[in-house]
Amino acid sequence: MAGLLLQIVQGLSLGAVYAGLALALVLVHRFNGIVNFAQGELAMLSAYVAWQLLDAGLPFWAALPITLAVSVVGGMLVERSIIRRVEGDRELAPVAVTVGLMVFVNAAAGLVWSFAVRSFPNPFPAALSFGSAQSGFSALGVLGVVAVMMLLLHVFFRHTGAGLLMRAVAADPVAARLSGVRVGRVLGLGWGMASAVGAIAGILVAPLLFLEPNMMGGVLVYAFAAAVVGGFRDPVAAVVAGLGLGVAETLAGTYVAFVGADLKVIVPLLVIVVVLMLRRGPAGTAGQR
Amino acid sequence: MRHGNDGREGTGVNAVAQTGHRRLAVGRMAGDRRRVWPWRRTTLAALAVAACAAPFVLEPYRVFQLTMVLVYGIALLGLNLVVGHGGRVSLGHGAFLAIGAYIAAVMTGRLGVPYPLALPVAALVTFGLGLALGRPALRLSGPYLAVVTFVIAAVVPPVIKRFGTVTGGSMGLPVPVPSAPSWTGLAEDQWLYLLVLAVAAAAFAAARNLLESRAGRALTAVRENPHAAEILGVRPGSHRALAFGWSAMYAGVAGTLYAWVVGFVSPDSFTVTLSIVLLAAVVIGGPGSLAGPLLGAVFVTFVPAAAQRAGDALPGIVSGLLIIVVVCFAPTGLAGLLRMAAGGVARRLGRG
Repeated sequence: MAGLLLQIVQGLSLGAVYAGLALALVLVHRFNGIVNFAQGELAMLSAYVAWQLLDAGLPFWAALPITLAVSVVGGMLVERSIIRRVEGDRELAPVAVTVGLMVFVNAAAGLVWSFAVRSFPNPFPAALSFGSAQSGFSALGVLGVVAVMMLLLHVFFRHTGAGLLMRAVAADPVAARLSGVRVGRVLGLGWGMASAVGAIAGILVAPLLFLEPNMMGGVLVYAFAAAVVGGFRDPVAAVVAGLGLGVAETLAGTYVAFVGADLKVIVPLLVIVVVLMLRRGPAGTAGQR
Repeated sequence: MRHGNDGREGTGVNAVAQTGHRRLAVGRMAGDRRRVWPWRRTTLAALAVAACAAPFVLEPYRVFQLTMVLVYGIALLGLNLVVGHGGRVSLGHGAFLAIGAYIAAVMTGRLGVPYPLALPVAALVTFGLGLALGRPALRLSGPYLAVVTFVIAAVVPPVIKRFGTVTGGSMGLPVPVPSAPSWTGLAEDQWLYLLVLAVAAAAFAAARNLLESRAGRALTAVRENPHAAEILGVRPGSHRALAFGWSAMYAGVAGTLYAWVVGFVSPDSFTVTLSIVLLAAVVIGGPGSLAGPLLGAVFVTFVPAAAQRAGDALPGIVSGLLIIVVVCFAPTGLAGLLRMAAGGVARRLGRG
């Protein structure tokens, strides 16, 4: 029983990371209509920035805001310099560009920080280390961070002027432009915020998986599945699906003999296929086109 | 949302191409069919002679590299049917390659079937799979298809490892390399090259005929404007599904040839990276053209390997940057640039 509980807690903390990255994917898609294949690699890059700051001797809670600021600026720069050229283009260009960005960022991180595996300090105190409590404690920390992040995003979008402008652009860019909103800036800010959200996911997952340039490859697959559940539009559904996926994956890997450790990655594929088959109408199928 | 309006309010070149206000320079638009090179037959004949003579002139390692160019070229011809001519993105064609390769490995390695039989079996199986998957997959709008195929590509290696009793698991399977019949007196690498060259020539001719046919024009029509095509009596669904089936078949055939040429298959040869490389090659080579896949194949065979010598990270940096640059500044890829250059040369010679 304690084993099961531990599995669920571990699943939730992994799931919170999937949820964070899925949230970033949803943010980008809502503003640009682009699925960002490079989201995971940008998050990995942010985790490396944080690691570099920690390595230079900064305390964790000072390194975090600096990393987030760097991520926001980096995301806005990427949007302005590259993504702007393919926005509103047909299917191939945005996918190809973000895939190219994914390949490039992955290799660039390998060039700068080498492909060696590094350990990343866990930001949450492990003082209560009796039995399973230690992992429970950091899992709670991960969940708490994701909850706070969602709350902040909700407050920002619902209760601030900038949030209102951003929602206007997401709803109808042309009408927003006609009423005087600087749509380009909002789109850039959307990318910046998505990068910051992704950065948090990257920093949370780094202690769990160890820091290396390829660490987000697997996470991205789960985040895609979670985002598909939310139709790449619904942040709450994406977050809930991310948490559920984390738990389902951990339990399936442990208790379903056929799946085992190897085949865990089949879980997100099944989720995607089932969701797309069940969903009729707007989001997934060609009915919308 | 930007994709709400059919995702068709193209910018820049696309917008001009759609509204037709200005006649674009040759090579600026994918699927441009204007003839710019007056010496087509001479050039093709010269290329054919060079291709046939290559294994007798070059050293074995170069012959192996050229064979790999042709193998990739076949896979890319197929992927180009979906990406370039169909206008849809698949990030999962590595899976079809894996299926083709494992069919060859299991049939010839495990069951002892003569190797030529593996080719039609792999072609049929992947064609059927592509046709069956194409219908539901291509109903997915916009980026969903790319996401689903990406996840499928990610699942391939673990599935191969899981069914180790058939596939040899993560250790992989050796594949007996086809040896030349003794009457030819050819070395193994020369025989393989000529075998692959024959398949590639057939594949190229088939793709060309397919695209020049009614089905090919229908496919282009569906890509350019699905609604208009449907009004003209073209069924978008069936044409796209058929194109997906053909393209899967090309990938499966390329997989079988890959297994023969390399003599070994393992799950790590068919990761997501392979599918990404294939898409990158189509984009860089030039989507929607016949020369594009071959140019893309030359790119994937030589450029990453050359960059590797300068450091482990270099292939990724070069490929990633090139994809971005090509999409942003030369959307017709190497084939488009070549057409522009050919047009320039032809004009100059015509004047002079």
